Amino acid sequence: MRYLPNTDADRKAMLNAIGVANVNELFADVPADKMLKTLPDLPMHLGEQQVEAQLSALARKNLNTAEAPSFIGAGSYRHHVPATVDYIIQRSEFLTAYTPYQPEIAQGTLMYLFEFQTYVANMTGMDVANASMYDGATSLAEAALMAQRVTKRKNITVAPNLHPHYLETLQTYMATTGGEILFGDKPSADCAAFIIQSPDFLGTPHSLEGYRKACDETGSMLIHAFTEVLSLGMLPAPAEADIVVGDGQSIGVGLNYGGPHLGLFACKSKFTRQMPGRLCGKTEDADGKESYVLTLNTREQHIRREKATSNICTNVGLCALAFTVHMSLLGEKGFKKLAQLNHERACMLADALEATGKVKLENSTFFNEFTVELTKDSADVVKQLAEKGILAGYSLGGKRLLVSATELTSEDDIATFAKTLKEVL
Amino acid sequence: MTMTATPLNTAETKLALPGHQGLKLEEKLLFDQSREGSYGVDLPTLKGTTSRTGQPVRETVGLPEVSEPQVVRHFVRLSQMNYSIDGGLFPLGSCTMKHNPRLNEKLARLPGFAALHPMQPDSTTQGALELVHTLENWLAELCGLPGITLAPAAGAHGELTGMLVIKKAIEARNETRPIVLVSDSAHGTNPATARTCGFDIVSVPSGDDGLVDYDAFAELVDKHGKDIAAFMVTNPNTCGRFEKDVTRIADKLHSVGAYFYCDGANFNAIVGKVRPGDLGVDVMQFNLHKTFSTPHGGGGPGCGPVGVTEELKKFLPIPKVQKDGDTFKLVTDCPHSIGRIKAFHGHFGMMVRALAYMMSHGADGLQRVAEDAVLNANYMLHHLKGTFNVPFKGYCMHECLLTDKHLKDKHVSTLDIAKGLIEYGYHPMTVYFPLVVSGAMLIEPTETESKQSLDEFINTMKHLAHLAETKGEDTFKQFPLSTPRRRLDEVKAARQPILKWEKPE
Repeated sequence: MRYLPNTDADRKAMLNAIGVANVNELFADVPADKMLKTLPDLPMHLGEQQVEAQLSALARKNLNTAEAPSFIGAGSYRHHVPATVDYIIQRSEFLTAYTPYQPEIAQGTLMYLFEFQTYVANMTGMDVANASMYDGATSLAEAALMAQRVTKRKNITVAPNLHPHYLETLQTYMATTGGEILFGDKPSADCAAFIIQSPDFLGTPHSLEGYRKACDETGSMLIHAFTEVLSLGMLPAPAEADIVVGDGQSIGVGLNYGGPHLGLFACKSKFTRQMPGRLCGKTEDADGKESYVLTLNTREQHIRREKATSNICTNVGLCALAFTVHMSLLGEKGFKKLAQLNHERACMLADALEATGKVKLENSTFFNEFTVELTKDSADVVKQLAEKGILAGYSLGGKRLLVSATELTSEDDIATFAKTLKEVL
Repeated sequence: MTMTATPLNTAETKLALPGHQGLKLEEKLLFDQSREGSYGVDLPTLKGTTSRTGQPVRETVGLPEVSEPQVVRHFVRLSQMNYSIDGGLFPLGSCTMKHNPRLNEKLARLPGFAALHPMQPDSTTQGALELVHTLENWLAELCGLPGITLAPAAGAHGELTGMLVIKKAIEARNETRPIVLVSDSAHGTNPATARTCGFDIVSVPSGDDGLVDYDAFAELVDKHGKDIAAFMVTNPNTCGRFEKDVTRIADKLHSVGAYFYCDGANFNAIVGKVRPGDLGVDVMQFNLHKTFSTPHGGGGPGCGPVGVTEELKKFLPIPKVQKDGDTFKLVTDCPHSIGRIKAFHGHFGMMVRALAYMMSHGADGLQRVAEDAVLNANYMLHHLKGTFNVPFKGYCMHECLLTDKHLKDKHVSTLDIAKGLIEYGYHPMTVYFPLVVSGAMLIEPTETESKQSLDEFINTMKHLAHLAETKGEDTFKQFPLSTPRRRLDEVKAARQPILKWEKPE
């Protein structure tokens, strides 16, 4: 086996040194009658070439968005990732490092986490961001639990049109702490937090001003959620919120069939000590040099055990690096321009679809995703278009379809989509 | 004392030097390199479309402005300040820092996997669903539990999923069981997870042998009886020992209707040798980023599949992959399920890597993994037991536990040994964990280290012990000296937290 460096002679020498005749003697504490007498019922080992052939064959069975025009968003967005990003994240020193618990030999990871936290805090208009969560949905669930801790209240109010997976994840997490999930367009009297997604699942951006006032009246925390981080390059920063959560997958991470993504979590500094997850802070070393270290660990499970703010341990560090590299390349102007480019493509798509005469645009406002009403069942249309090699969007049930455009959506793609849609409707 | 002082630095020359020393290159944050007008992407010209967002266009975000060469150099320099498994032995106990084959990276990047959208119709993702289904089958065969979910994003997320399954199963029995037993040698995630699920924690002590004290455990089971939902045990445990009473523990738990949760963080020691399901375990999580070698990536992404018994299958999270004849589909209509635990279907990219790793090893190779991991750890233990204190007698599993007891009269601690290892070119072992012994040093070499590499590490450890004897604490308190940074002021970091870059006044 090519990944195992010990030779049979090594093994023999080591067994001799230890003083056992065979390796099974080292498993003496395992109940003898439970030890497997044969190999597991699985295929035998394969060479690199064979593994590559078998898995490539599986990959070829899929219709991928690199070859098929795709208009699906719904919480996961296809964007261009600069070659530099993948080169950097594949460097051994990042890819095969552990969580930076030994800061003297992990300044590389710690410095990019510090940059990452700064980017996320600045983008969201918050004071502080953590070093990442699993994805937008779990970030939101953790935000709700944090609001329960801060306010010592139980219920959470959710504004209409939250991403269904985010809502379902929230429901799963809330089942652990109790409290009801209420629905409404303003916070209910005794709720710990009010959650508003913007742009919402149907694509409409919302201003936070009114919600801020309403939350101040009820003493509830305001949680802003997003699924498309690029919207922060064009829409106003959600600075009125207490906690901002969302998914950063659009920047640097890629689709990956839904995971890994990149959970972003930011809040006002007065809540820092109630945050879940890791935080990287600045300090000095013994020579007085600027240095970085994981800090405020007393919130975390490895120190506080059952009193921790969350059970999270491993997060998605490498995705945070991909995000940081891509954001660094974009910079202040590039990030905003990319956002506007996405909006322009979405406007172009909306116009082209409406021009078919068979598609009705539901949104009066949108960023890079919007809802349309077709003249036929949208699930059927999605299926028909998939057969023609086009990924049409996300069926919302009935005749409604959620579609998105990004900078990768070409004018040809839009024309093909509109033409094909017209044919099947 | 700074042994690395540079005679040519600013004080003598009055020139602003960057502070480099040989290959130790200093690097500033990108914010401190930003120059207005620089950029690292060329985007198409905007058409000037009128905004339809209904909101004012954002003017300032607060990002640096740098070019592509600056970005590349920045991150390359940062990378050079990191220790990594590709660069050297990484003996972090219970973290399983093993070789991460590049083949797995290549395959995960195939557009047929990486460029799939999670909301695509199932008819267009048959290959991906087949891969998920195949990986589920491999894991089920290896753990001896028939129900597998791949949805959890990491080990702790798997624990959460497993404990929610248990909670749901208890509710389905119309019972209330408020207590979860947790072994005192458990990872912090165990009690944190049980607490997150709303359970009260009762700690089960370890005995003098580093194993669950069976009598104390049995007494707790007798005392709390049907109030107990589950017992969370890591096996092999974090003292590097196999819980030899495991089947008795399972029987005792089952006698009061409680579930046996096995934290599979240390599955690397037993993969292909013994199956937790055969030992009476009801629920276990895998850490694909440990046992199955998906890269740790400086802290993730991981993947934490969960295996459960036939009885508990129906409670697993959605979505589930179902095979109907030759076609696969994602199923969400599962009335008994605990629900969704994250968006979409889990960390698919990690699943591709893990399956590639498993196929490369096959049944024969995976068994060899466990054997070599255990052999390597015992070889390490054998050579270090005369030099360092060994708290528990007997063979270890895939990691060996030492303590700093012998060094105390020299005032050299586990932390000093860790920093000494750094000075001598190694990432330290896990330190001060498990909590059940004082000054723990938990060493997990993994199966991907050669005998030669182990010998070098052993010699280094012996040298450090010798240094402790002959030079004592003063030498150690200096360590590390040769690293990009020396010991850090962690108290300052926590007292006055600076958690993001601020523009200088």
